Amino acid sequence: MSTKKRLAVNKTYKLYLGGKFPRTESGRYYELNGRKGALLANVSRASRKDFRNAVVAARKAWPGWDGATAHLRGQILYRVAEILEGRSEQFEEELRAQGTTPAAARKEVTTAIDLLVHYAGWTDKYQSLFSSVNPVSSPYFNFSMPESTGVVAAIAPEESGLLGLCSVIAPILAGGSTSVILASHTRPLCAITLAEVLNSSDVPGGVVNILTGFRDELLSQFAEHMDVNALLICSDDEKEIKLVQERAVENLKRVISHVDGPLAESPYHILDFQEIKTTWHPVGV
Amino acid sequence: MPEGQEKAAAETKAKGGTTKNRHDFVEGDRYAPAPESTDHVSLKDSYDLFIGGEWVRAPKRIETINPATGEVLSEVAEAGPRMVDRAVSAARQAYDKTWSKMSGRERGKYLFRLARLIQERAREFAVVETMDGGKPIRESRDIDLPLVASHFFYYAGWADKLDYAFPGRRARSLGVAGQVIPWNFPLLMAAWKLAPALACGNTVVLKPAETTPLTALKLAELIEEAGFPPGVVNIITGAGKTGRNLVRHPDVDKVAFTGSTEVGKMIQKDLAGTGRRYTLELGGKAANIIFDDAAVNQAVEGIVNGIFFNQGHVCCAGSRLFVQEGIADAVVRKLKRRMESLVLGDPLDKNTDIGAINSQEQLERIKVLVDAGNEEGAKCWQSGQRLPRKGFWFKPTIFTECAQSHRIVQKEIFGPVLAIQTFRTPEEAVEKANNTPYGLSGGVWTDKGSKIFKITSQIRAGVLWANTFNKFDPGSPFGGYKESGIGREGGLQGLASYLDLH
Amino acid sequence: MAATTPSFPDLRMLSTIDQVGVEERARRFQARSIKKESKLSALKLAVTMLDVTTLEGKDSPGKVKQLCAKAMRPLPDDPSIGPAAAVCVYPRLVRVAREAVGQSGVKVASVATGFPSGQSRLKERLSEIRYAVGAGADEIDMVISRGKLLHGEFRSIFDEIVRCKEACGSAHLKVILETGELQTYDTVRIASEIAMAAGADFIKTSTGKIQPAATLPVTLVMLEAIQDYYDRTGRMVGMKPAGGISDAKTAIHYLVMLKETLGRDWLTSKWFRFGASSLTNDLLMQICKQRTGRYQSADYFTKD
Repeated sequence: MSTKKRLAVNKTYKLYLGGKFPRTESGRYYELNGRKGALLANVSRASRKDFRNAVVAARKAWPGWDGATAHLRGQILYRVAEILEGRSEQFEEELRAQGTTPAAARKEVTTAIDLLVHYAGWTDKYQSLFSSVNPVSSPYFNFSMPESTGVVAAIAPEESGLLGLCSVIAPILAGGSTSVILASHTRPLCAITLAEVLNSSDVPGGVVNILTGFRDELLSQFAEHMDVNALLICSDDEKEIKLVQERAVENLKRVISHVDGPLAESPYHILDFQEIKTTWHPVGV
Repeated sequence: MPEGQEKAAAETKAKGGTTKNRHDFVEGDRYAPAPESTDHVSLKDSYDLFIGGEWVRAPKRIETINPATGEVLSEVAEAGPRMVDRAVSAARQAYDKTWSKMSGRERGKYLFRLARLIQERAREFAVVETMDGGKPIRESRDIDLPLVASHFFYYAGWADKLDYAFPGRRARSLGVAGQVIPWNFPLLMAAWKLAPALACGNTVVLKPAETTPLTALKLAELIEEAGFPPGVVNIITGAGKTGRNLVRHPDVDKVAFTGSTEVGKMIQKDLAGTGRRYTLELGGKAANIIFDDAAVNQAVEGIVNGIFFNQGHVCCAGSRLFVQEGIADAVVRKLKRRMESLVLGDPLDKNTDIGAINSQEQLERIKVLVDAGNEEGAKCWQSGQRLPRKGFWFKPTIFTECAQSHRIVQKEIFGPVLAIQTFRTPEEAVEKANNTPYGLSGGVWTDKGSKIFKITSQIRAGVLWANTFNKFDPGSPFGGYKESGIGREGGLQGLASYLDLH
Repeated sequence: MAATTPSFPDLRMLSTIDQVGVEERARRFQARSIKKESKLSALKLAVTMLDVTTLEGKDSPGKVKQLCAKAMRPLPDDPSIGPAAAVCVYPRLVRVAREAVGQSGVKVASVATGFPSGQSRLKERLSEIRYAVGAGADEIDMVISRGKLLHGEFRSIFDEIVRCKEACGSAHLKVILETGELQTYDTVRIASEIAMAAGADFIKTSTGKIQPAATLPVTLVMLEAIQDYYDRTGRMVGMKPAGGISDAKTAIHYLVMLKETLGRDWLTSKWFRFGASSLTNDLLMQICKQRTGRYQSADYFTKD
């Protein structure tokens, strides 16, 4: 019997834009090396035009996602968790390849799955939590309720390739906004694999768009884009935070900054990307 | 207008308002004067800064005038950087020593006490508000002051209940709040800023607007009277520079600003990278959408309240009117007729509907944009009130045949000027309504319940008035989407801006 | 006035009424402060708009004669005040009133058509109108069949009013909607529209026998109906709030509302009336107060 080794089919890591997996329009890439210096992948180095296209896709997808029933958004997030569960080995492998210990990799994947399930359950509950019927001193019915902010751009945590990413995406999605995410520069593999999971989980194209590339090249683009309503930056670098906050003012973006690490499970992260709308109506016959 | 009515108006005009019949109920062109009494109002010739519970003199002075007459009412201090610093450190000390250590229940009692004092002296404050800002006494008396008192009353009750407000989180005060407010609702904006900040356990440095400082300073007197610990509330006067120094002060933990979007952006930039919290209530260009199944007569009244309330000096004013084609002519006809019945003049007269424009500067701004409307081809119509000779005034004005690209449709005018467009389908109305960088408020008029829910949910704005307009309540959160601001004021949601939730 | 045959109005084109909005608007009129010359001229105007009314079982010829004297010369010492617009009585007393007012210009108005409930057959209601007109009534205040209206029989109400108008001949017809029984402003608006289309010269709120009678908001709804009808047809219709307007201050609120909605053309007894029994003396007291600066006592004003 021949013991000849089979040649593995390597995966090409591309971007995730509008439900498709294009290479960057710029044709650029950066090399991602494993622990022993071996090339893991040529990762797409997204350009400002890729970002622009991603925002267009996110804006286009927003009315549909925002208009989907809360129940359906929950179903879809749960579906993401299901598929992730089925492909957990692949994620663990990628995490290990990028330097995570096997135990930590296992933990990160299961935590990410559970986080998605957690947010799947929030989609039809945070509204009740953050809404109010307000007693006004006149014959009006008055209520306040959250609505999704719109298009959210997010700089995912650098040090957590999968959990960090999921903890950013899940609250944005649960709340009905669409997103453009810059994945971890040093741990980008799970991002594109997660995109495959999203793409096969009924998440409509354009709802999540994932870019890989260089932070310093894309940060100000993220901050300045006039059609991005809110920005989440996970960073410990004060200069970076100041930069995006300064650049965000032209359209009065809501800027949320968070330390470089996964966001804890909380409905308040959903609230970060909500606007409260108050409606008045007379009460009479 | 019925023919006879027009004729009568013309006749009265021809007579040049002969004094004999001027106030005759039938023949006259106006009601006899019914001025609110001012003899119970105490105004000092000069006001100092209220810092650390004391009145502190600053060398530079600015005069504040009555915009309806041009008379100087009083002079106030202009706080320079050192005074700003002194006010912030007074607030810091008060925060550290007393206010942050006091129980919510006790804090609340101070606020309740203040609310009561305001109620007791409401009329006096209303008169001063009208004298200093030009708004009709009917509004300051019936709208501003009752809302001011009830805002303090509302948030007073929250002071000892903060841990119930945000499920799963514990509430902690932030520290020193620096607050800068505008001239359109001087005392009401002070209440919107002070009440939640204090209820949440913060101390405050508040800067009222340059043209309308008096009621805030008189409020400082009430705060003294109510026995607040020194430094819990500090009120400093001055112009934009004073405000900027306050906002940028490194020992301010939280900034709250109401004013123009332009300044709001500057503040957001100033605060970048500082980690300091901010809420911004900025400009607007609200769409008021009238469907053909609306209660038309009430809608016309809503249009009038939407744009002519407080001379249109309202960030949430319904300054863009969208009328469904089929009723457009009738609505415009009724609107013009209603505008003719508005009483314009002495803001202290109880019958005045339209008072004075707040300042010369604002009047110029309005004129520039109205000129632009004429140049760009919109059709201008103004009602026939005569304007007083002294002071700053502008006639209620509407533009028909407006295009979306006209500056009067795009820019916030902040005056009694309405831009009217027509629409055919609901989609078109929503698309045009949302086609603006602003998103503070909006109006929808229809008799159909399901349409109300559909359209109000599609308008991207923080406050939606359905079959009404320009209603306010302390329990009702207020604030904008997009470039109209960040954060909410009022209601439970208004607490979040003044708390650290952990 | 169009002499064409009345045709049933297209009720689909009526806009609805928002209760809260109407009531807020009405409160704005109450916030007006009418002083000095404006007040005096408003009070004098109000006197000329009075339909001085007595509609009681115990009404007697003697009482009606007294009422007519008051209507013709409300303030005995001052001929510049009044006269009132009309006296309003039951049909049986029309003849007495007619004789009493003579050629003074004060009109005689009579309620008819099964006042106040309207619960009798059309035939009898029409004959009541003819009787009152025959006895000398210048104006007929009819009631409509509210039951039918609430039941949605709009056409039937319309036909009924058309017939009554015919029966009036040259007498003016005021149609009483009895708004206190109509439940919603929308129904008031529909009833106003039907009445005007059927030929009413005036629309009137109430009989005075049902509470609530006239209110500012309901009158506002009717004034708006008159305005819209005028805009469409060019025909002026008069307005008569009745019942519950017992003091001068309230009357002035109504006049302010009239002035600021329908405007100057309607500010005359030809187009606006107050249906009231006790308003007269308060108006007179307030006129004297304006003139003398002293608050008045009822002892100095005749009770008729």
